[in-house]
Amino acid sequence: MNDLLQAAPRFLFFTGKGGVGKTSLSCATAVALADAGKRVLLISTDPASNLDEVLETPLSSRPTAVRNVAHLEALNIDPEAAAREYRERIVGPYRGVLPDAAVKSIEEQLSGACTVEIASFNEFTRLIADESAISGYDHVILDTAPTGHTLRLLSLPAAWNDFIADNKTGNSCLGPLAGLKEQRLSYEKTVTALQDKTRTLLVLVTRPEKSALKEAARASAELSSLGMNNQRLIVNGLFSAGEEKDELASAFADRCQSALRQMPDALRRLPLTSIPFRPAGFLGLASLRKVELPVFTAATATPAPLPDTLLSLDELVNDLSRSGKGVVMTMGKGGVGKTTIAAAIAVKLAEQGHHVLLSTTDPAAHIQDAVNGTLPNLRVSRIDPVAETKAHIERTMATTGAKLDAEGRALLEEELRSPCTEEIAVFTAFARTVAEGRNQFVVLDTAPTGHTLLLLDATESYHREVLRSTSDMPEAVRELLPRLRDPEFTRVLLVTLPEATPVHEAAQLQSDLQRAAIAPYAWVINQSFSRARTTHPTLLAKAANERRYVGEVVRELARRVVLVPWLAQEPSGLESLRELTAPPL
Amino acid sequence: MKKIQIYDPPMCCSTGVCGTDVDPKLVQFASDLAALKEQGASVERFNLAQQPAAFAENEKIRAALAAHGNDCLPLVLIDGEIAMRGVYPTREQLALLAGSRISFSAEGGTAKGESKSAQSGCCCKSDSKSSCC
Repeated sequence: MNDLLQAAPRFLFFTGKGGVGKTSLSCATAVALADAGKRVLLISTDPASNLDEVLETPLSSRPTAVRNVAHLEALNIDPEAAAREYRERIVGPYRGVLPDAAVKSIEEQLSGACTVEIASFNEFTRLIADESAISGYDHVILDTAPTGHTLRLLSLPAAWNDFIADNKTGNSCLGPLAGLKEQRLSYEKTVTALQDKTRTLLVLVTRPEKSALKEAARASAELSSLGMNNQRLIVNGLFSAGEEKDELASAFADRCQSALRQMPDALRRLPLTSIPFRPAGFLGLASLRKVELPVFTAATATPAPLPDTLLSLDELVNDLSRSGKGVVMTMGKGGVGKTTIAAAIAVKLAEQGHHVLLSTTDPAAHIQDAVNGTLPNLRVSRIDPVAETKAHIERTMATTGAKLDAEGRALLEEELRSPCTEEIAVFTAFARTVAEGRNQFVVLDTAPTGHTLLLLDATESYHREVLRSTSDMPEAVRELLPRLRDPEFTRVLLVTLPEATPVHEAAQLQSDLQRAAIAPYAWVINQSFSRARTTHPTLLAKAANERRYVGEVVRELARRVVLVPWLAQEPSGLESLRELTAPPL
Repeated sequence: MKKIQIYDPPMCCSTGVCGTDVDPKLVQFASDLAALKEQGASVERFNLAQQPAAFAENEKIRAALAAHGNDCLPLVLIDGEIAMRGVYPTREQLALLAGSRISFSAEGGTAKGESKSAQSGCCCKSDSKSSCC
C-alpha cells in the first residue's frame, strides 16, 4: 500500500468487477492520502455505490467533507439524479412558455437509458477535464462502475469523437446532448488525462480467485488498448491459514495461492499489493486505516443456529423444474457468483431432461468457462454487444435500407454508427432471449446491477411506447415487460453474499425491481462459510459474522432463501457445478 | 430559393435509427432534405426535445402547439408560413414546396414500400414515449 501511495499521481482510477472491494480500497487510499496531509476528492460513479456506508458520511452529488478525516471530500455521481438535473436544465426554461403537453413530451423524450448514461458521463468528464472544479485537490480518486460498464464509458469518447468528426449531414442521433461539439473538448481532455502516466494511475482491484484474476487481466488488456498503460494490481482478501491445522482453512489458503500462481501473464508485469482477508469486511474509518494488517481473531463461542427455513440450491432447482419452461434470471452485483449460480441451475435442469438455454447479458461474464463442457440438452450463448450491433445494422440495412434510394441508404448507414445503436441492439437481443422461455428454460445471467437497471428502464420506456403504438413492433419486444412481470413466466433470483455490502445492494436492487413491478422469486446467498466444517478462528468469525446477514435476509427481505456453501474448489466445469446442486447430506 | 424550416416532434434523432424498428420514410426525408440543402436551399430543422428554444421563439409554432397539441408536429414552414402540418412531405411535395426541382440519383422516387406516417421508431412519433436516448 505504501508504494501505491508513493506512486500516486493526481488521478487514481479504481476499477474491477463489483464486489471485489473497489470501494473499500479506494476509500482506504483516499483516507491514507488525506491523513498524509493531501487534499483529496473521492468520487463514485457506480450506480450501486455504497460510499456513504463505508465512509460513515451521508454524501450527495456535491463534494462533502468526510467526517473525522481532514482534507477528504467525497461525492457520489448518482446517475438518476444527474439525469434529472440534466433534464431540468433543458426543460426548465420552457415551463409556461410552451404548452404543458409539449413540455411533458420533451421530458419523456429525455427519460431513457442514454440520457442517464450521457448525464453521468458528463459529470465524470467535468470532474476530470474542468480544472476549476478540481483545482482545490491534490488527488482525485475515482471509484468507478463495474468493469464492463466502465470500459464502455471509456471507449465512448473515441467512438463519439469519430462519430462527430465523420458526420457529414449534421443529423445526430446523440440528440439529448445538445451542444455535443462543445463537449468534445472535454471528452478529449478526459481521455488524454487517463492516458498520461504522470497524471493517472489505474488500479485494478481483484480477489485471489481464478475467474476474478482472469477478469482483471481482460480489463488490463482493454485499458492498455485504450492507451491507458499506467496500471497497478491490488489482490484483496488473501487468506492465510497461519499455524492452525484445519482442512477447510488450508483448502481456502491453497485456493488463494493456486489462483495467484496461475495469474495471467498480463497481470504479472504490474506492481502488486495484496490485502489480507477480513472476516467482517471493511466498514467505517477504523478498518480503512488498517487495511494491510492481518486480522487475528480469538476463538468465538458457537454461533447461533441458522434459520431452518433455508433451502439448498438442489431444492430450488426442483421447484423451478416443475414449471417445465420459462425464464430464470440471476441478478445481483458483479462478483457475487451470479454466473456460477446460473450455470449450476442450467446444468441441473438440463440433466433432469429439460431443454435449457444458458445465456448472459454481462459483457464481462465468463459463462462458457463456468460450464466448461457440453450436455445434450444445454445450449450456451451470450448477448455480445459487438456481434449484436453488427447484426442489428445488417438487419436494418436489409429491411429499412431496402426501401430507400442510394442517398437514403448512405445516410441510414451513417446514422447507424451512433452509440445508441448498441443500446437498441442489446435490448432487442435481450427481448428475443427472454421470448425463448415460451418453449423451454432460459437461464439468464444478467449484467451487474446498474447496467441491468438501465436495461429494465429501457424496457419500461419501450413498453410505454408499445402500449400507444400500433406499429409492427416485434412480438418479443412488445411482450418483454409483461413476461418479466409474470411470476409464472420469469423467476428472478437475487444472488448475494453473506456480507454487509452485498446484502445491502441486493435489497436496493429488490426495491428497484419492485418499482418496476417485478418481484424476485428467491434470494440466493452464495459462498457461505456457515455450513462449512471448520475450526479455524478466522473462518468461524466469518461464519458468525454471516449470521447477521443471513438472518436479515430471512426475516426482512425474502420469502425463499437459498444458502449455498463455500466450496474448497472454485466452482467451474460440470463436475463442480454439480457439487453446488447436490442434495445436502 | 425559399427558406424551409422543419419543426420535428420530440425525438432523439432525425432519422429514427434509435428505434427497434426504423421508419424508412424518416430516413428518406432526411436524405431528401440533405439533397435540397446541397443544391443551395436554406434548410433548418428543429427538434422539440433538443431545441425547444426554436419552438418557444416562434409565435406561429407556439399557437399551433397550443391549438393542436403535439399532434401538429412535424410543422413545415416555407418562408416563415406554415405549409404542412402533422406529416412529413414526400419528395414531390417537398420539391413543390421548395419551388425547385430536386435532382436525385437515378434510382429516385419517393421512399418505396408503404410508408405509414412516422409511427414506428422509438424517437419518431409526436407522442413518442420511448426515448432510447
